[in-house]
Amino acid sequence: MPDPSILLAALLNGLTQGAVYALIALGLTLIYGVLHIINFAHGAALMLALYAVYFLYARAGVDPYVALPIVAAAMFGLGYALQRFVVGRASHGRDENILLVTLGIAIVMENLALAIFRSDTRTIETAYTFATVNIAGALIPVAKLAALAGALVITVLLYALIARTDLGRAIRALARERQGARLVGIDAEHVFAMSFGIGFACLGAAACFLMPAYYVNPTVGSGFVLIAFTVVVLGGMGSFGGALLGGFIVGIAESLGGLAGMALGLGENMGQLAIFVIFIAVLLLRPQGLFGARA
Amino acid sequence: MTHRTARTRRTFLKQSAALSGALAAGTLGAPLIGRAQAPAIKLGVLHPVTGPLSYSGQLCRLGARIAIDEINAAGGIRSLGGAKFEPIYADTPSPQAGTSEVEKVNEQGVAAIVGAYASAICLATTQAAAKYNLPHLVDVGVADQIVERGMKNVFRFGPGYKKITEDAVKYLQSMNALAGNPAKTVMIIHEESLFGTGTANLLSQELPKVGFEVREVIKHANPTRDFANIVLRIKTVNPDIVIPANYYNEYALLVRTMRQQAVKPMAVFSVLGGAASSFKFVDEFPDVASGIIDVNHWYNPKNKDALALRKKVEAMKDQYFTYEVFLNYETVYLLADALERAKSAQRDAIIDALASSSWDRHFMPYGPTKFVNSQNTGAQPMTLQVRGKDISVVLPPAYAETAPVFPWKG
Repeated sequence: MPDPSILLAALLNGLTQGAVYALIALGLTLIYGVLHIINFAHGAALMLALYAVYFLYARAGVDPYVALPIVAAAMFGLGYALQRFVVGRASHGRDENILLVTLGIAIVMENLALAIFRSDTRTIETAYTFATVNIAGALIPVAKLAALAGALVITVLLYALIARTDLGRAIRALARERQGARLVGIDAEHVFAMSFGIGFACLGAAACFLMPAYYVNPTVGSGFVLIAFTVVVLGGMGSFGGALLGGFIVGIAESLGGLAGMALGLGENMGQLAIFVIFIAVLLLRPQGLFGARA
Repeated sequence: MTHRTARTRRTFLKQSAALSGALAAGTLGAPLIGRAQAPAIKLGVLHPVTGPLSYSGQLCRLGARIAIDEINAAGGIRSLGGAKFEPIYADTPSPQAGTSEVEKVNEQGVAAIVGAYASAICLATTQAAAKYNLPHLVDVGVADQIVERGMKNVFRFGPGYKKITEDAVKYLQSMNALAGNPAKTVMIIHEESLFGTGTANLLSQELPKVGFEVREVIKHANPTRDFANIVLRIKTVNPDIVIPANYYNEYALLVRTMRQQAVKPMAVFSVLGGAASSFKFVDEFPDVASGIIDVNHWYNPKNKDALALRKKVEAMKDQYFTYEVFLNYETVYLLADALERAKSAQRDAIIDALASSSWDRHFMPYGPTKFVNSQNTGAQPMTLQVRGKDISVVLPPAYAETAPVFPWKG
């Protein structure tokens, strides 16, 4: 049995890492969970957002948290344009086409980044990169606590957007009954593009919280995209609370699984195995996900 | 010991250029028949320039390209009438891609291949090249299986991980002894692929023989997004020395997290560490990097040609002088020397010339080249320590720029 203080530290680490996963998954749950658009370009879009945060800091001295509205707005514009002018037009509404188009966009984005930014891994060192807060003996990085707060705020904002605004009602209507929504005058193409844009804006925010503690290179997104899909399915398709909880579960499973793996001499990578064991268990026992409605 | 002849690379290049110029002008007696340009020597340059290893792959390509440009500008291969290299660059992000690119460059009639950086890719490319008796010069690929399969076409200029690990253990023991043996326990943190696992296994076998207790060996995935738990474990186990064997991104995250969690062992002593031999890491995180030791590929720091090349690379925009660059640079020169002596671009002749090579006009701390079973027997790693904003050779004494600081009290 590990020392309780180590266990607490691992739990807190898992929780804060889970907040980072939730941040990345929140945008995806809107695009994939609500509108059922399988967006394979999610990881590549995160990579672009991380580069935006990096260059704003490295070239213009803009702190990542100050850069949040700029990056989120730019990512919204990119997402909107991509859905309106590329994904929507090229896929003709067929899921298998969407899958291939977004996969193609991901490949183009990654290779453009490789050509423009080269393959270097880039990092930033802010005044708080190494700052920690002591919580019952566990040193938790300030950047991760900020990500936790960010994940909570963005979840509430997204929930309010979907539940309380006309756009939210239009998104829900489209998700339920596309043809009916069109018949009552909803501009489906615009609403799809808005959803895509909001999903990308969430990624922009996630990048601002991630960059102080992580790095960026052209392939960085691939390390997160599978986790993001896992979180969305685990939490329940289209549920923002589910994505948040799913993120926490994945983060804590990874952390405690890694700790157990090390204690048993099996390696820290047992944490990644733990994620998928929990994922399979949830799918077997509750296929709709933790917060998903039954079909 | 260095074994350099009085004739340096610079003078060699100057003489080659002068000789080629004189030949072209027809001033050296024998008239040139028809003055036809010698046919180019096609060279396959295979590296992973896209995908997860693209940073290293692009640096490898840069090193090979600089050497090819220099040799061509200096008049090409003299014994072949000034034949120039015609590089065929290929992208090999995976072993499968490596195999298919070997097939392609073979079809295009290359005389030899230089590449392919990662051990797993080199295993595939050397095997594919063997089918065609195609000379394959391995630039980095540290897994010893690459040279242990009895392939006559394979030549590795640098050391393999067995040699590197043995030297690392020897140097760690001598550093510890010099300091009065304060360190007794180690912990190894390694990535999960062939390179990290192989290095960790060798270290786990060798370190107890020289009195170190290996407290724990931790394997991690690529990529690992968070090192907090591993650092927590280091805190719990509290080893005197932490030995990482992993790639740049994970290495950088690990030592940054150690700094964040105020974990300060007597030394971070890396074996083939991704970041500790990287000027980029030292530039970006000088405080974190300070004092870190790494046993890795390195040039002879007292050699003027090496320092001139470093200056040349550092003058390029956003480029760093890394082992990928200089190992590829030297590997191309090794091939050029073999071609000069072979007086032929036929594959058998090149293989014979490489097998009998005693090339010593390089700037690596290897002495004259001598291949036994595909491996350059003089190849050895250097022990480096980050000191201030530079990386210094601290062992072995024959090449050391300064003495190692151990334990590090930074």
